[in-house]
Amino acid sequence: MPDWIAAFFADLHTQTGLNFIIFHDDYEFARFLRGASLSLQLIIATVVFSLVVGVFGAWAQGAKSRIIRWVMDAYIQIFRNTPPMVQMLFFYFVLGAYVPQVDAGGYYEPMVTSFGWALISLGIFGGAFNVEIFRSGLEAVPASTREAAESLGFSRWQIYLYVTLPLAFRISLPALTNNLVSLAKTPSLAYVISVPEMTYILNQIRSDHINVPEMMLVLFTFYIVVVTLLAAVLHLIERKLALPGYGQ
Amino acid sequence: MSNPAFRLKPQLCASTWRMPNLTWKAGLILLAALAISLQWATLFAQEAVPARASALEVLWQWIPYILEGFALNLGMSFGAMAIATVAGIFLGLGQLSRLRVISWPSRFVTHILRNSPWLVILFMVMYLVPFEIRLPGFGKVGLPDWIKATFAFSLPVLANISEILRGAVNSIPKGQWDSAESLAFTRRQILWEIILPQCFKRMIPAWMNWYALLALATPMASILGVRDVVGNTQAAMEAAGARPDLLAPFYLFVMGLFFLYIYPISIWTRKLERKYAIAN
Repeated sequence: MPDWIAAFFADLHTQTGLNFIIFHDDYEFARFLRGASLSLQLIIATVVFSLVVGVFGAWAQGAKSRIIRWVMDAYIQIFRNTPPMVQMLFFYFVLGAYVPQVDAGGYYEPMVTSFGWALISLGIFGGAFNVEIFRSGLEAVPASTREAAESLGFSRWQIYLYVTLPLAFRISLPALTNNLVSLAKTPSLAYVISVPEMTYILNQIRSDHINVPEMMLVLFTFYIVVVTLLAAVLHLIERKLALPGYGQ
Repeated sequence: MSNPAFRLKPQLCASTWRMPNLTWKAGLILLAALAISLQWATLFAQEAVPARASALEVLWQWIPYILEGFALNLGMSFGAMAIATVAGIFLGLGQLSRLRVISWPSRFVTHILRNSPWLVILFMVMYLVPFEIRLPGFGKVGLPDWIKATFAFSLPVLANISEILRGAVNSIPKGQWDSAESLAFTRRQILWEIILPQCFKRMIPAWMNWYALLALATPMASILGVRDVVGNTQAAMEAAGARPDLLAPFYLFVMGLFFLYIYPISIWTRKLERKYAIAN
């Protein structure tokens, strides 16, 4: 941290009593950085994981087997219509109990950490929305395009991978962007299972130093900046990849 | 060409929160999961101490207490939705204002509240709003936690309703404004008598979606000590001896409660969405 920033906030503290300790104390600054980096990791990992769930889910929804389609339908309904916080508690406390422990050098720890469970539960929650979005994109790809690919000798999987999916992805981008932006806000929920990301770290710091308004302001600003940046990047991608000649 | 390439069906992409083919299958699976977890828990309970009450008995005993918490969740969701609807409409109209003094702050507030997580807003409101306020004429009025939480939950929803209203007004063809103006309507008359009545109908599905999301977010209040459904469930499990075999049935019961409440709303929303889908 540059000295002049630390000096500025230390000065602010003595002059006005506003205690932004994370910006003028090396120890707290390191804590803040760790929380920020874990938050960013969780956001990015959740978005990527939910996309993977979405792609495979949309593929499974188009499966010939009725059982697979039935299971996918039930999965989507359950995860869309129950509170994400309770889902996370369920994953961590209930499913977490059945995960084997591994030897971590003298003591045992669960194979899936709380970070892992946050990632899994949020990814599956967000994925339930992505499946739907991808499916409506897949349905929008005209049958004649698929038939053309078939007549060129593509196999079923090749058609999906090289023809249908890229088009469907570009068609469903606007809806997908919206969903990913709202998904990027959910990792703060990982607070309930004590993942030391931003929300958790700043709550600890404010209880250590009794500077509640300052830390809440930092937390609020952190998420707004991150979400706004992510939305800007996604919208840039959306514009670059938009199918030419459609929409405004 | 009657069937152009790459045409998205509007009813498919009108909203991110669209429902797929809805059946009661999902509810059945949830019920089955609850039954299996109960069976499982019973099995373990019998292995350990035969005299202990089974998980089902414990759950049965605590259901009234959990439902009490759920009622608070419903109350918070109704209150927050009422605040959000009224305030959101005003904020949305503020965004459409021609005066920059009004439209810029409205847009700023909408943007800020839409882009921050529910939990962060909840923390801010719970910690920064005092627990009692002085009202002129009433003296000191206590603000219980659940009222503060209700207010906190209304903030993100009102920003989204504001945005929905703006979108709905912008979706009305510009020609209507021009023709109404040529019939000597004032701007206020055009907005309230011609544009908004059409908008409200279009807004209903999105409004209901946000209600569902709001209701699903209310359990977060338990993090800050509000005795809602999750708070009561955790207290009940604690009181019943904090047995690990209780976790699955209790949490599944909470999920089932929300499912039973939200699922019909989702079906209804989807029906309305199809009914009001803008034909093009």
